[in-house]
Amino acid sequence: MSEHASKKSKAQLDAEFSELYRAHLRDVYSYAYYRVGDHHDAEDLTEQTFLQAYRHFERAQRESHGRPLRPWLIRIAHNLAANLYRDRSRKPASSIDETTTVAALHTTEQLVEGREELARVLEGVRRLPDDRREALIMRFALGMDNREIARALGRSDGATKVLIHRAIKQLEGLIGEGEASSNGRAPHAAAAVKEAAQAGGGGPDE
Amino acid sequence: MSEAVPNFEGLLREALAPVEPPEDLVERVESTLTSITEMAADELEAWELSAMRDPRNWARPAAALLVGTTAGAALVLLRARRRGAGSTGVLGGAPWPSVTRSAERTVRDLGRETRRLLGDR
Repeated sequence: MSEHASKKSKAQLDAEFSELYRAHLRDVYSYAYYRVGDHHDAEDLTEQTFLQAYRHFERAQRESHGRPLRPWLIRIAHNLAANLYRDRSRKPASSIDETTTVAALHTTEQLVEGREELARVLEGVRRLPDDRREALIMRFALGMDNREIARALGRSDGATKVLIHRAIKQLEGLIGEGEASSNGRAPHAAAAVKEAAQAGGGGPDE
Repeated sequence: MSEAVPNFEGLLREALAPVEPPEDLVERVESTLTSITEMAADELEAWELSAMRDPRNWARPAAALLVGTTAGAALVLLRARRRGAGSTGVLGGAPWPSVTRSAERTVRDLGRETRRLLGDR
């Protein structure tokens, strides 16, 4: 009797999983890429994330009570990335591939004018502690809001807001250091950081 | 030339622009799911021949069947939609890992998935 009903519901589940996959493949890949800083590892991480998601999809849907599943997907990727580092006992093997990233995503004119500045920001992001780096990746690469980031990181909304604020402040320091060591060339990034911090960009309510 | 200083959020958004997944990654994930389906079916055949008389063994092939058919159906949907949408990969021409590497990884994943599904010890 329920065979037909359960088959129908499974077909619906399949359709929803494929929607999830289509909607968030780029999110998961972007997160993985900026998280591990390497295209090969990012591909592995993305693949494993969707395999895990596939295995637990039904339960996740049941327990999400209609909330978006993107934080759950990113949390899977976050856990897998942590396992990857634990297994290999290492940090990312190389810095984020600035050449590939910048070349793929920015126009020639932007490359000439802004590449150095963007590279400096990326380098600063890379040097942040894992949780701060992840929060910034989720916010700026994936466009997640505080609540989504909080769910992905398993933190409260307030703690997440503080985390992002501190990440931006630390980034300010890192970029400032970098620019001081290169004799003040291209000071735009540090100035922009300061401006954002003063404007309360991403900071907690005080 | 020095333009107006962008705000920091804009700068970060620009630096951390989303990265399009390579086309072969999309194919790899789908092919892994397909392979899981096929392996599950093979295992089911073996079980039919050797173990299906014992009701205690029914749960494992049933689980494999469930996961296998789910993966298959999901793939049909994915492929149909991809055909409709066409290729969108920005980084499609980049030097991604070889097909051999992908195949090896897929087979490895497959073994792991199948063992997990069928409870081999």
